[in-house]
Amino acid sequence: MHEMSLCENILGILKEQALAQNFEKVTRVSVEIGSLSCVEPEALRFGFDVVMRGSLAEDATLDIIETEALAECLDCGATSAIAERYDPCPMCGSHHRKVTRGEEFRIRELEVN
Amino acid sequence: MCTTCGCGGDGARIEGAAHGHHHDHDHGQSHAEDSRTIALELDILAKNNAYAAENRSFFAERGILALNLVSSPGSGKTALLVKTIGMLGGRLKSYVVEGDQQTSNDADRIRATGAPAVQINTGKGCHLDAHMVGHAVERLAPSEGSVVFIENVGNLVCPAAFDLGEAHKVAILSVTEGEDKPLKYPDMFAASDLVLLNKSDLLPHLDFDVAETIANARKVNPSIKVLQVSARSGEGMEAWIAWLTAARGMALAGYPLGTAAE
Ligand SMILES: Nc1nc2c(ncn2[C@@H]2O[C@H](COP(=O)(O)OP(=O)(O)OP(=O)(O)O)[C@@H](O)[C@H]2O)c(=O)[nH]1
Ligand SMILES: [Mg+2]
Ligand SMILES: [Zn+2]
Ligand SMILES: [Zn+2]
Ligand SMILES: [Zn+2]
Repeated sequence: MHEMSLCENILGILKEQALAQNFEKVTRVSVEIGSLSCVEPEALRFGFDVVMRGSLAEDATLDIIETEALAECLDCGATSAIAERYDPCPMCGSHHRKVTRGEEFRIRELEVN
Repeated sequence: MCTTCGCGGDGARIEGAAHGHHHDHDHGQSHAEDSRTIALELDILAKNNAYAAENRSFFAERGILALNLVSSPGSGKTALLVKTIGMLGGRLKSYVVEGDQQTSNDADRIRATGAPAVQINTGKGCHLDAHMVGHAVERLAPSEGSVVFIENVGNLVCPAAFDLGEAHKVAILSVTEGEDKPLKYPDMFAASDLVLLNKSDLLPHLDFDVAETIANARKVNPSIKVLQVSARSGEGMEAWIAWLTAARGMALAGYPLGTAAE
């Protein structure tokens, strides 16, 4: 449900870009999803096809690039991969960590004509 | 406040608002070209964030404290608001934006306290977004120096991702929901500055571990504050009012003295 509204956001961006960059049809949308973003790739795929139906991006391919999240330890300074927000620092065990990557949800590339 | 409004299509209904502006993106007469690739680095929530920024400056210009209350359904958001508004009494003017998929029950409960409230029904939508909230606030027309409470749709998942222009997200967790909720729904606790651990009057009947819950919340967000409260008995409500008053002080900082409605 939530992913449906995110797909509406994507469609809005496609329509704006179509005007700004002068294209009529989108054949591929490449989206980056950070592993700590609120987006579930499978649900996004499902919503994408439904929402794009009848639009300039009907039948467009959705490419999903999933990025691994990184966190910086505020105690020992180590940066390491983080699977869940509550994972402790693998170097010192601290929970004082700042997520530095992995919350992205953005369009990276479009293929249009 | 909604200056670049692209309304329509989100299915949300704002009580009392005749949503006039329609917006169709006419594609003009552009000619198809050969297939090409366009590199973009566009945040998909950028539009929401732009509306949130508008809301935030609306609040800042008026010295208004805006709080976004998030929780799972039934944790006691509306009950807490009713109690809070009663305790603030005439000291501080409160306004409420109520978000639910359906019904205006919660806005009715708020209005019974005398505080102005606007209900947003999100229909199938599972969260409030900054655009709907901007229109609701426009209708509320909160006075300078007041507090605007935004009660989000009961959902511990996606409201975390939608900035509404609030100063703080406040997560409400009731003691019947289990100690592991901050770990199961980490995004919400990472995005919040305060947890109100509600229904503390029920603690004697449960084996809920308050210390473990706080520890779990801090694993996700080391700087999060936790207050134990009961909307039913009033326990802990003074501490919450004190937090609110301090936050409101921050909202008023830099605001022209003497013009705020004290
Ligand atoms: N025992 C006890 N019950 C409470 C407390 N706060 C709320 N409740 C009860 O919990 C139920 C849900 O309260 P609401 O205020 O409607 O909760 P809500 O979070 O606004 O619910 P939604 O808006 O539907 O998500 C009601 O039956 C309240 O009476 C409390 O502190 N103690
Ligand atoms: Mg409610
Ligand atoms: Zn949602
Ligand atoms: Zn460390
Ligand atoms: Zn609008």
